[in-house]
Amino acid sequence: MTEPTSEQRTQSLQGLGCKRKRTEDIRFVQGKGNYVDDLKLPGTLYGDFVRSPYGHARIKGIDASKAKALPGVIAVLTAADLKPLNLHYMPTLAGDVAAVLAEDKVLYQNQEVAFVIAEDRYAAADAVELVEVDYEPLPVVVDPFKAMAPDAPVLREDLAGKTDGAHGKRKHHNHIFAWEMGDRGATDQAFTQAEVTIKELISYQRVHPCPLETCQCVASFDKVKGELTVWGTFQAPHVIRTVASLISKIPEHKVHVIAPDIGGGFGNKVGAYPGYICAVVASIVTGRPVKWVEDRTENLTTTSFARDYHMTAEIAANRDGRITALRVNVLADHGAFDACADPSKWPAGFFNIVTGSYDFPVAHVSVDGVYTNKAPGGVAYRCSFRVTEAAYCIERAMDILAQKLEMDPADLRMKNLIRREQFPYHSALGWEYDSGDYHTALQRAMNAVGYRQLRTEQQARLAAFRAGKTRELMGIGVAFFTEIVGAGPSRNCDILGIAMFDSAEIRIHPTGAVIARMGTKSQGQGHETTYAQIIASELGLPADDIIIEEGNTDTAPYGLGTYGSRSTPTAGAATAMAARKIRAKAQMIAAHLLEVSEYDLEWDVDRFRLKGNPESFKTMKEIAWAAYSNVPPGMEQGLEAVSYYDPPNMTFPFGAYISVVDVDVDTGVVKVRRFYALDDCGTRINPMIIEGQIHGGLTEAFAIAMGQEIHYDEDGNVTGPSLMDYFLPTAVETPKWETDWTTTPSPHHPIGAKGVGESPNVGGVPCFANAVNDAFRAFGSTHIAMPHDNWRTWTAADNLGLHAA
Amino acid sequence: MIPAAFEYHRPRSIAEAVAVLADLGEAARPLAGGHSLIPMMKLRLAGPEHLVDLGRIRDLKGIRTEGGDIVIGAMTTQQELIASDLIAAKLPILRETSLLIADPQVRYVGTLGGNVANGDPGNDMPAVMLCLGAVYHVVGPTGEHRVAARDFYLGAYVTALDPGEIVTAIRIPLPPTGHGSAYEKLKRKIGDYATAAAAVVLTLDRGVVATCSIGLTNVADMPLWAEDAALALVGTNLDTAAVKRAVAAAEAITAPASDNRGPAAYRTKMAGVMLIRALARARAQAK
Ligand SMILES: Cc1cc2nc3c(=O)[nH]c(=O)nc-3n(C[C@H](O)[C@H](O)[C@H](O)COP(=O)(O)OP(=O)(O)OC[C@H]3O[C@@H](n4cnc5c(N)ncnc54)[C@H](O)[C@@H]3O)c2cc1C
Repeated sequence: MTEPTSEQRTQSLQGLGCKRKRTEDIRFVQGKGNYVDDLKLPGTLYGDFVRSPYGHARIKGIDASKAKALPGVIAVLTAADLKPLNLHYMPTLAGDVAAVLAEDKVLYQNQEVAFVIAEDRYAAADAVELVEVDYEPLPVVVDPFKAMAPDAPVLREDLAGKTDGAHGKRKHHNHIFAWEMGDRGATDQAFTQAEVTIKELISYQRVHPCPLETCQCVASFDKVKGELTVWGTFQAPHVIRTVASLISKIPEHKVHVIAPDIGGGFGNKVGAYPGYICAVVASIVTGRPVKWVEDRTENLTTTSFARDYHMTAEIAANRDGRITALRVNVLADHGAFDACADPSKWPAGFFNIVTGSYDFPVAHVSVDGVYTNKAPGGVAYRCSFRVTEAAYCIERAMDILAQKLEMDPADLRMKNLIRREQFPYHSALGWEYDSGDYHTALQRAMNAVGYRQLRTEQQARLAAFRAGKTRELMGIGVAFFTEIVGAGPSRNCDILGIAMFDSAEIRIHPTGAVIARMGTKSQGQGHETTYAQIIASELGLPADDIIIEEGNTDTAPYGLGTYGSRSTPTAGAATAMAARKIRAKAQMIAAHLLEVSEYDLEWDVDRFRLKGNPESFKTMKEIAWAAYSNVPPGMEQGLEAVSYYDPPNMTFPFGAYISVVDVDVDTGVVKVRRFYALDDCGTRINPMIIEGQIHGGLTEAFAIAMGQEIHYDEDGNVTGPSLMDYFLPTAVETPKWETDWTTTPSPHHPIGAKGVGESPNVGGVPCFANAVNDAFRAFGSTHIAMPHDNWRTWTAADNLGLHAA
Repeated sequence: MIPAAFEYHRPRSIAEAVAVLADLGEAARPLAGGHSLIPMMKLRLAGPEHLVDLGRIRDLKGIRTEGGDIVIGAMTTQQELIASDLIAAKLPILRETSLLIADPQVRYVGTLGGNVANGDPGNDMPAVMLCLGAVYHVVGPTGEHRVAARDFYLGAYVTALDPGEIVTAIRIPLPPTGHGSAYEKLKRKIGDYATAAAAVVLTLDRGVVATCSIGLTNVADMPLWAEDAALALVGTNLDTAAVKRAVAAAEAITAPASDNRGPAAYRTKMAGVMLIRALARARAQAK
């Protein structure tokens, strides 16, 4: 038998760059996943909420006597029960508090008022209807601009007299924080001197991540051991454990938090919700496991929305199209409590990525957070913190500038993109972009779609429309985005004071089989597959022999969880670092086995070989066995390592997207003819998983741009709180995606990978929006707000007089 | 998403079903495919104490011709309409409409009877029935009688059915051979009710409209039969001016609600646009 070649050996590892099929899919496609609601513990009780029908009302009384009398009902908790435990409010990640159960006021529709605990779900649901709450309706504020009016109703009476917010002085009784970045003076000056300026209010509607599996948990308190176990839909299980311990006063080693399989998160499952707290309290009180499962309406209307950002963007430029300054003022609607999930020092997330991919000499951004009678939240729905907002803002603004300058939007971008030789690039708003080759990416995208021919076709279509020969308009959307992911360096990123590192622990068994555990938590991203590929390449052991485990806080090393595309940049890096520690020890063992100096050995795919004599080698499998049987004198047995990785910087994936739409002017229906997405996420670990992530992210981008909205009417009612109205596209609506890539590795990441899961949402949303806007650009329209659903698009056409007979 | 408790009954015959319903009175509701009723119960917008499942009654099934009519059993599913050769040949508009309802999963269980008896202005079949001049067979404690679809709808979820009565069949007079028909439905996504929809059946005599009937979906609190709009077209060759008059007449009888599909004014306009498109397709089909 001849020894396989090094290419053959590389291939058999299924490591980096391999289109390996997702190992987790074997159980998912057979319906054998193990989700929270699959957990059936003996004696489980069920919790269900009594919720406010009002957007703003005083609670004058709660009468639960009828509910308590219903057979099967164990108890009904209200704020009065939680108050003695100091659990009627919970701390938020943003330095505010949020009500667990409303005490004397409700501040948004469907807010939690009482928690019914019963023997089964049916009894709980029946009892919810029997709890009588006496409300006195109060004036409702759903518009963040109106919330800041001098005479606006006071929403947060609990904050009366509190002049300091988590980030400085509060300006108004409904004001939360003010935050700014950049050089205000220099920016103002650039605007005074500008040859051309544009200004537009660009609002990004309130949406919701809407994972297929809603938020849920099972809490089980063991009275004998004094231990609490919580299974839940947690994107960040370790943080939940620490928070649970701090607020319950149960020592952290007696709190076991387990996140089993999760059916999608997209940011919705980062935070802590009243359901979790109430289930825990109920389990402590009853000594029985308590399950709480949200229904779809509860999910859409209470647990963490996203966006609701109202951005006034201004660009200053020279007449030749060179940009000279950017100024953005944002009104951020955070709802009734500031439960925004951002690293502590970043109340507006990384919104200061709003200079985008362009070389702005100066910029200034300010953000004011305000309270309204809407659900709390502000999570990063499939994007890093507030990055989709920023990308939407700058990409729309660049198109508006192109229109004013009568330039092609792609040409304007080409002129102003950061050049390859400027990396690492220091942005005017304080970031150091790690690497990029933007011009190559955009040019490749333009070539791929035949950009100039598309523009010619568009002109012909426009002429035909004007001549009355067609009722369709064609729009071309161009978007170039820079994501900022991998939060993040401990110097500027923490959650509740805990640095945002992440971790990996790898243990190699004597036979060379591997178990590895990380502090992150997959919700569908395919971690079990991709982390194994990193280890396979680093350690020369086949990916199929490697098991990845996440989500059990008793066994996994501490980590900050999965969101903001941080898993690969942080835990992925930790995985490579831990593997390298193991390889260093393996080298010593190999040297011992071959009776040579370790410096005479070199790494070769899956083995250490003697330099100059490739016949003399020890494979990792052999080394693994030796690690337990024949180690060098003085060395400890075993082959394992842990790494906690504090990234030196964020990573900055980027991409160039181009779309083509046809707008039916008479109905407002927008058909997506083509969507081309070029992504650069640095080193590509598994191209198939990347493609899947891009498809999913683009589909969500399509959903947001074309239809998703959590809309409140003037009275504070959510007008479409189910999937009948909330747009979750099916395979029928979803366009066909064309994907492409360039590879610009991150210089500071151990394997050069940048993270990819959220890029398509960041680039996709403005790409769709720009396409729809572009269809109307010839008629003088500068900005049509999202979502681009049928009636809004029709209304835009109507306002431009395009329906006149 | 958890309904209140209810009792479940499964009669084997029409007579038994009617007896059970009569016996239980207002507390009972017939259950067909359950794809309108059960969601309402889960949202606790409906809370019948008794469900009388019509699913095992053989006499409520089947599609047959009877003289110049096609008679369709109330428990015929939307999928069975799609799969029927008879329907495809004689009443293509029914097949077309069925294909625009919900998604395959819903259509495998949702029934024609449930769709027309539900009284939801969002249902697609009622406007088609108005357009086709269908007649519903109704059986109740006092026996059987027939109600024209055009007299059946009284308001949102209010129909001519009295408690205890069920629709057993839908009788549709065959439109003349050579007729053209179309159902145009504007919706936001698969599984959505219409923003507005229009059903058209017409016949042409040497390019001139001889007969025309128009139904409109989801642009009022009940399905609409747009009689004046149709009259405005008879005797014309569907020239732009005539179509304009028809659209104006159709728009005039709409009174849609504003909802997430769009404001009322938009939905009225869409009824007109759907009508124009349905007319164009029906005309192209007519021989
Ligand atoms: C996701 C989804 C999307 C949908 N989209 C559409 C759509 O686009 N267009 C559309 O038209 N429909 C739509 N539907 C509704 C669907 O077509 C239903 O199946 C239909 O409306 C009702 O038929 P059913 O057999 O399910 O009736 P059920 O839900 O069982 O009954 C509906 C009502 O009619 C009564 N009823 C039923 N049968 C009779 C009878 N024979 N006599 C007297 N009363 C009776 C019941 O008591 C009940 O009040 C949708 C449903 C879902 C779940």
